[in-house]
Amino acid sequence: MYQYDTYDQQMVDARVAEFRDQVARRLAGDITEDQFKPLRLKNGLYLQLHAYMLRVAIPYGTLSGKQMRLLGDIADKYDRGYGHFTTRQNIQYNWIKLDETPDILADLATVEMHAIQTSGNCIRNISSDQYAGAAADEIVDPRPYAELLRQWSTFHPEFDYLPRKFKIAVIASDTDRAAMRLHDIGIQLVKNAAGELGAKFYVGGGMGRTPMIAPVIGEFVPLDHLVTYTEACLRVYNQHGRRDNKYKARIKILVHEIGADAYRAQVEAEFAHMLTLGLEPPLAELERIKGFFPDPAFETGLSDTVDRSDLDFALWLDQNTIAHKQPGYAVAVISLKPVGGIPGDASADQIRLMADLGEHYSFDELRVTHAQNIVLPHVRKADLYTLWQQLDAAGLATANLDLVGDIIACPGLDYCSLANARSIPVAQKISERFADTGRQRELGELKLKISGCINACGHHHAGHIGILGVDKRGLENYQLLLGGSEGADTSLGKITGPGFDEDGIVDAVEKATDVYLAKRTDGERFLDTYRRIGMEPFKEAIYG
Amino acid sequence: MVDPQSGTSLRFRDDEPVSDPAVTVDSFAEQTNAAAVRIEPGDDARALLPHLARLALVEVNFPTYGDGRGYSSARILREAGYAGELRAVGDVLLDQLSHMHRCGFDSFAPQVPIDRAAAEKAILTWPQVYQKTVDGRAPIWALRHG
Repeated sequence: MYQYDTYDQQMVDARVAEFRDQVARRLAGDITEDQFKPLRLKNGLYLQLHAYMLRVAIPYGTLSGKQMRLLGDIADKYDRGYGHFTTRQNIQYNWIKLDETPDILADLATVEMHAIQTSGNCIRNISSDQYAGAAADEIVDPRPYAELLRQWSTFHPEFDYLPRKFKIAVIASDTDRAAMRLHDIGIQLVKNAAGELGAKFYVGGGMGRTPMIAPVIGEFVPLDHLVTYTEACLRVYNQHGRRDNKYKARIKILVHEIGADAYRAQVEAEFAHMLTLGLEPPLAELERIKGFFPDPAFETGLSDTVDRSDLDFALWLDQNTIAHKQPGYAVAVISLKPVGGIPGDASADQIRLMADLGEHYSFDELRVTHAQNIVLPHVRKADLYTLWQQLDAAGLATANLDLVGDIIACPGLDYCSLANARSIPVAQKISERFADTGRQRELGELKLKISGCINACGHHHAGHIGILGVDKRGLENYQLLLGGSEGADTSLGKITGPGFDEDGIVDAVEKATDVYLAKRTDGERFLDTYRRIGMEPFKEAIYG
Repeated sequence: MVDPQSGTSLRFRDDEPVSDPAVTVDSFAEQTNAAAVRIEPGDDARALLPHLARLALVEVNFPTYGDGRGYSSARILREAGYAGELRAVGDVLLDQLSHMHRCGFDSFAPQVPIDRAAAEKAILTWPQVYQKTVDGRAPIWALRHG
């Protein structure tokens, strides 16, 4: 894992001091709420329906046991004993007091954490593949590149007042586990014909009310130009992105309106200019960062055999562990989606337990996934049963990874001032409707995603089944979408037709799954069947 | 506009202030004797690059603090070698000064006056910097690799 040197620590400490001063000036009335708003947002502090919400950055979703434990302690000390893991691989606290926020940031700084640029119209926390460093299919660990860009984007003076927020994801395998092409910039590390490592830049993707899949803008950017090329992409956007309408201000609209070729031409011109300025850190800096991401000290000669005699354990083993590149090891996923629970929520005690388990069983490393689960990336297969027992005792052993119960949901109208409808109760009802483990397994991989408004924080466009909450003449109404996907085969879901009330949407989801079960052929997932037979059979069943 | 001589503006240069009125980017090309120009958010700063030699003052207007185009305009001018006064005018607030300074502004004419001591402190917010820009500061990566 990356560790701060004195420079990194100085920067985070300076940020805490700056924000402490800003909060004091706000409380003294020296700056208006309008002037304060972007300052607090750049420290992850939102004003929600009932209280302030603080979003803490977890760069590329990776954290140590010590960091995770502090997140649990913050939940106890400053919140109501809970934290909420988000689709940006971050954690949010929903009941925060403004005057305590500088102290929270100071606590975070003691474990090399912060809330820098987790909101606001700036470059946000950079996300990555949650299985980085463990996945068998990656060509390289993508996190050093994400860390290089994290540092570059931190307090970037030119890009702090962009037209709109800006999200970057970095991956390094063909299987996209980070919804990379639905980001403002998605970077895939690739090898060219000569076998050299470089970066493929996809620019202009996004969800929100106008979902777009990013086109390729930079086919192969050499590693020693990574920062410069990104900077060129951002400058073109900062100058030409729309500022007349916040709903058209994301870079996806710019790229769409002028076209990928015109945008690329502007980036190339800016890039050529910037190459003369010496903006790029030397490759030695990338090498220095890479040094923090070695393979853990894996044992060799371990057996891959696991005792499956406990049937509940065997269910979890099959569903929630993933092949590891190292023989004798597995990636274990802790589902934060218990039946009837709030997706992504964990109690302070659960967070601290996961910290302990990460330390004991996973080389002191944990990951947050964009699907709002927690990953222990490097677990000896011989330890899986003991691990599972401890998870089970804490209510953390739900065996539903990528099943219909593994729902992504935004906080919705229960917390969020932007929402039109509640997301959490819908997630809870669907999860209860499909609670039977056998039935979930029968349905197989089925990614269900719920957003409480068109801003799409719940990624509904990318769900095999997506649900969008809208306001219909003062009543909460839910639209159903089918056919979205965020993987290598990224596609956007299509709306089935008229929306439903809360119970109606649960019924509609069930009818859609019935169509799948009736029509599927061997080996087809829900998404595959939908793509083969199209929308009509589903519409007939749902509205017929 | 704040008169630079009046003492309400914040100037971090040693040369004499320019008293010429700033003209718009459009009219600047035609007014061959103009030495001061004012850039609005939608203007392309690169239009000024052929004329840098006769420019002594560039004002960059921030109608609202949230419109960040002026940061790019400033950097583009400095990257092209412009060495004259670069003044941020309009909705210029204390908490934006450090970033503006890093993008090349060396003069500020805020609508609402800012105390000079507070401004000097704000400009020094960051003990180090991660990026190379036009302010001459060595970024952290350069310090690491001497």
